[in-house]
Amino acid sequence: MLLAVLVCVSVASATSRAVLPAQNLLNKKAPGFALTDLSGQSLTLAQFQGKVVLLNFWATWCAPCQLEMPVFAAWQRKYGPQGLQVIGISMDDEAGPARSLAARLELNYPVVMGNERLGARYGGVLGLPLTLLIDRNGIVRARFQGETDLKPIERQVAALLTQP
Amino acid sequence: MRFSLSKRAVMVAVLAMLCSLQGRVASQWAPPSPANASSIPQSQLIQPDELNQLLHTRGAEKPLILQVGSHVLFAQAHIPGSEYAGPGSQDAGLQQLRARVASLPRKTLIAIYCGCCPWNRCPNVGPAYKALTDMGFTRVKALYLADNLGADWADKGFPVETGR
Repeated sequence: MLLAVLVCVSVASATSRAVLPAQNLLNKKAPGFALTDLSGQSLTLAQFQGKVVLLNFWATWCAPCQLEMPVFAAWQRKYGPQGLQVIGISMDDEAGPARSLAARLELNYPVVMGNERLGARYGGVLGLPLTLLIDRNGIVRARFQGETDLKPIERQVAALLTQP
Repeated sequence: MRFSLSKRAVMVAVLAMLCSLQGRVASQWAPPSPANASSIPQSQLIQPDELNQLLHTRGAEKPLILQVGSHVLFAQAHIPGSEYAGPGSQDAGLQQLRARVASLPRKTLIAIYCGCCPWNRCPNVGPAYKALTDMGFTRVKALYLADNLGADWADKGFPVETGR
């Protein structure tokens, strides 16, 4: 009996399987989530239905992430009235550093703490930064992995904002 | 041969210019900081396909594989058999790393990796490498992941495990 329990525990804690390629999410419904943001407010992806969502996975130890986030904050100001909603998902192990950095960068959009389960649902967040664009109908339309030129992202944001 | 005052002035000016140029060249070629992954000697890098082949070669000496980056990323996906011992960018993470290897013979073959972000932006693998070599380990390899674990390992079909 003890052996059976030990086997079950070991299987539960470490399973070998391939991670789903993140590209599988393109043109599919974005996985929903319900989390609490750094200010303590509950936040669900569903509440932003009808908006274009820029979902940005980042972490405090990710230098390219820190370069992008102020730009995303500027887009929130510029495109927010047209329906853009930026949501930051910190993949830090603890909220303290994420909260400090968000305050220092004066982020004007909600930030939630991600985890491995959310990462797995999004096809595996195995490198940062990762930015997804979700259209007004909740469909993932673009994925940008790693340090990247932000102009194509902005162009795509603008294009999605013109669509119903 | 006696030089006129003006010729002497020209020689001094030329010498001063040459010294300034040498200083600028020297600063341009300053070695990378030990915190930078680029400080790891090329000879100590191991490519993903090499490591994958090593892990699947019967009879080959298998390294102790340590992930020295983010625990959340480790939990999503890590190289089978690897252990978490980070993050290398923080003192607490380096202490964890040192504690893990403290009792090992200094000739133990160790492979470290992170895969959080592009190689030249990684804040973890450089300090981890230095910590191990400072402890006297002579066979430390760093897995070269140019972009991240997703693009350079999982997306190439190399095996991964999940779990903390």
